[in-house]
Amino acid sequence: MTSKQTKHQPLSHLDWLEAEAIHILREVAGQCSNPVLLFSGGKDSLCILRLAEKAFRPGRFPFPLMHIDTGHNYQEVIAFRDQRAAELGERLIVRSVEDSMKRGTVVLKSPDEPRNKHQSVTLLEAIEEHGFDCCIGGARRDEEKARAKERIMSFRDEFGQWDPKNQRPELWDLYNARSHKGENIRAFPISNWTEMDVWQYIEREKLELPSIYFAHQREVVMRGGAIVPINVPLTNGEVIMQPKNGEEVINMQVRFRTVGDITCTAPVLSDADNVSKIVLETATTTITERGATRLDDQTSDASMEQRKKEGYF
Amino acid sequence: MSSTNMQHNASKKNDSLLRFMTCGSVDDGKSTLIGRLLFDTKTILADTLTQISNTSKKRGMEAVDLSLLTDGLQAEREQGITIDVAYRYFSTGTRKYIIADAPGHEQYTRNMVTAASTANLAIILIDARRGVLTQTRRHSYLAHLVGIQHIVVAVNKMDLVNYDQAIYDKICADYLAFANEIGFAQARDIRFIPMSALNGDMLVDRLEAMPWYGGETLLEMLEAAPTADVEDDAEFRFPVQFVCRPHASADADLHDFRGFMGRVESGDIAVGDAVTVLPNGYQSKVKAIQLGDTQLQSAQVEQSVTLLLEDEIDTSRGDMIVKSSSNIAPVKQIEAHVCWLSETPLSPARTYIIRHTTRESKAKVGAISYKVDVNTLEQQAATELKMNDIARISFKLAQPLMVDSYSKNRATGAFIVIDESTNNTVGAGMIVTIHDCIN
Repeated sequence: MTSKQTKHQPLSHLDWLEAEAIHILREVAGQCSNPVLLFSGGKDSLCILRLAEKAFRPGRFPFPLMHIDTGHNYQEVIAFRDQRAAELGERLIVRSVEDSMKRGTVVLKSPDEPRNKHQSVTLLEAIEEHGFDCCIGGARRDEEKARAKERIMSFRDEFGQWDPKNQRPELWDLYNARSHKGENIRAFPISNWTEMDVWQYIEREKLELPSIYFAHQREVVMRGGAIVPINVPLTNGEVIMQPKNGEEVINMQVRFRTVGDITCTAPVLSDADNVSKIVLETATTTITERGATRLDDQTSDASMEQRKKEGYF
Repeated sequence: MSSTNMQHNASKKNDSLLRFMTCGSVDDGKSTLIGRLLFDTKTILADTLTQISNTSKKRGMEAVDLSLLTDGLQAEREQGITIDVAYRYFSTGTRKYIIADAPGHEQYTRNMVTAASTANLAIILIDARRGVLTQTRRHSYLAHLVGIQHIVVAVNKMDLVNYDQAIYDKICADYLAFANEIGFAQARDIRFIPMSALNGDMLVDRLEAMPWYGGETLLEMLEAAPTADVEDDAEFRFPVQFVCRPHASADADLHDFRGFMGRVESGDIAVGDAVTVLPNGYQSKVKAIQLGDTQLQSAQVEQSVTLLLEDEIDTSRGDMIVKSSSNIAPVKQIEAHVCWLSETPLSPARTYIIRHTTRESKAKVGAISYKVDVNTLEQQAATELKMNDIARISFKLAQPLMVDSYSKNRATGAFIVIDESTNNTVGAGMIVTIHDCIN
């Protein structure tokens, strides 16, 4: 096809995605009075921290960081989270699902129930406590079909609910992050990124990651077709994920593609021990990011959609 | 392209990004076309394929139904409708693509406009058995209105008309006649392609059924289509998003730092260029351009950067930096094509908020000149606007805006209308002409 003219060189796809994400972060800062950046120590939120540096340095971030901790997180990730926040000199708020359990606002059906979905309760409590009008998150539209129609600035009512039938139209790059008191905007600066884009960006920006993203030896059992990590120590000294009767504990070389609640995140077999090997592995994988690794998305065709309606990010 | 090739390519850096949209209804094979593109570019991984293969079997189909790849939300399946634009992604190794997949029914004009607003190319699907329909005219008009430069008319389901070239030629001629009639053919780059999305013919692969077609496959067209940034030929526009003043920083050198942060919405800028900050008209020169830690000599359209100016100028979010040679001036009245997006009709009696670039103003409707019937393109008198209506409207503004006409500049010619009481986005506007310059 013919071009009108070629005054400019096209931006590379990573430069374009970066520029779009910086623009979105600055719109949040410009439009919202009290935003917060959700930061788990995972790869997507680490990309967003780098984007926030590019968006706001040499100034401070115009928002604090916040982690909703299920209490079931890998020690390495928690240590990395604290280290990264300290290096950046930004304020980190941690709110814990276990505190919500103590308050009685989260009630588990059984002690080893995955706590991912209960993060919604703790998140909404933290939003109310701090009066946040916007939460910046690392969700991507390619992750799951309930996300393919998600807005970049997504409106949540005062119960934190996402109503797919009542989303604001989003045109050009004109975002509408207005909200009334008690309502909330979820902003997703890397909506248009794929898993591959994230890894390529990590490679290009030489971002450090928690060690569990790289191939390592781990005690696991095979359970229902998935690799399940076993005997995982928590930051409080407790060890969770005991093998069940009859299960054979084996040592495998694995890495995590996503990092979430220990009880519902499975690693994959891998010998990729650095970022460029992971980029290559991502290019040749035959399984989607959540397909093999998120035990909680397997429950039903619509489980992400359901959780989002309940206030999940 | 072999699978190993594609996988190898996927790990390479894509050197550009193209956003395009698909217009058509499920009946035209739109979902199958998207499913095919994703499948043939190896975007679909084994577990997803297993899932849709199971669903296909459950629904009693023999072959895997690729249209299930774009199956929507539970809420949509329950109601049997598609609510919204969905965004999908694939990559060829040389390019990353973002597809805006808009439902094609008449009542979804607002979704078409939404999808079109970020697209630089539109694929308009025609069912070879049915030819150019009212819906084709509607989709073409909307693509035209929202300023999409590149149109690919995909004549699909050629397998159901025996791959008959005469049928294809007739549809192309009919479409061109209509495009000429609305003045669309001269202004746009229009391409035609015969295909069978079901069989994957002429999308990524070229099968043997249509030897009479020597043109490009769909993917070849997409790979060669210019991206929006390359085509931009507008003047420099830099709406200020955020002002960085780290005066409380521990680093004393930063106490006088004043960075104007934003995205270059059009054109380009270089260190040393003379600039004017609107609406106040302060003049200065660009002292430095920064992207993170990197000092740039120049910046171009779509880059997010920080500008430092030679002089201390009082500037805040909502101001716009332009080159001093530009003759743009703030205005307090605009005339625009507006697509109404809300179930609550536009009321000429009410005050709305207009958001234009990073700036907001209260606005009152001046006059509704006419409403457009998107099927016949006839202009009709109107006193109010309902959802999916498109009309030409003038607005009076409380605050001056720095606008260009939409046909010259999509970024500074576009605005959204916000309902002050609900905060909902209720309208999408494209500026036609500019009146009443202040001064």
